[in-house]
Amino acid sequence: MEEVLELEIPARPEFVALVRLVVSSVASSRRVLAEERIDDVKLAVSEACTNAIEAHSDVETDDHVVVRLFEGDDRLDVVIDDRGTGFDPESLPEHPPVTDPERLNFERGLGIPLIRTLVDEVDFDSGADGTSVRLTVYCGRAKIDDLL
Amino acid sequence: MELGLEVDDSHPPYTVLAVKGEVDVYTAPRLREKLVELVSQGKHKIVVDLEGVDFLDSTGLGVLVGGLKRLRSHDGDLTLVCTQHRILKVFEITGLTKVFAIHETVDAAVAQ
Repeated sequence: MEEVLELEIPARPEFVALVRLVVSSVASSRRVLAEERIDDVKLAVSEACTNAIEAHSDVETDDHVVVRLFEGDDRLDVVIDDRGTGFDPESLPEHPPVTDPERLNFERGLGIPLIRTLVDEVDFDSGADGTSVRLTVYCGRAKIDDLL
Repeated sequence: MELGLEVDDSHPPYTVLAVKGEVDVYTAPRLREKLVELVSQGKHKIVVDLEGVDFLDSTGLGVLVGGLKRLRSHDGDLTLVCTQHRILKVFEITGLTKVFAIHETVDAAVAQ
């Protein structure tokens, strides 16, 4: 795997669009992934960066969020590192079914389910000194597109 | 990054809110404020036109869910206009196509 990009951003919401632009531009130029999969990466990276920025906000740190992009022969990995206090990705609250009127009480919590669906592999390495999220997308058609 | 928000009251009793640009953690609060403002003006049947939206993330979805909840509490409704695959996909993945009525055109949305 070759590292093709490292980007440090202040942990502020206005910088998430910049990350999307840079990651999607670099991913397009490397031609590893089809355009539609680049849209998937763009959204997954945006969700992960949003979580990272919120994690920094919770602990009021000035540390930057770091985004790195790696390319292999048949895959693209994006790693997003934050300096928040970590979380357990397996213990997130479940939403009520969409047909349940109570579903409207949940405006948040869709980011990680979206990430899990959009990329082929996701790994959360989370501890008290921060979280590292690795998103992996392989060449070829997304599984989700065969289901929709 | 600018978020375009244009209000069109020419289809009473509906108010059409055309959104343009990218809806994310930075811009979604402006969409939320606009929806709250419209509801406080007594506009309880809102059509959100997403045809000009280039990008929508979970923060944007959350704002729309919150808007729908707010409007239903006033016996109103919030419906969507969207034909773009990349935006519809976000609603499909999250199951929110079962929560929102999604139309292909504004005319179809206001003809309910």
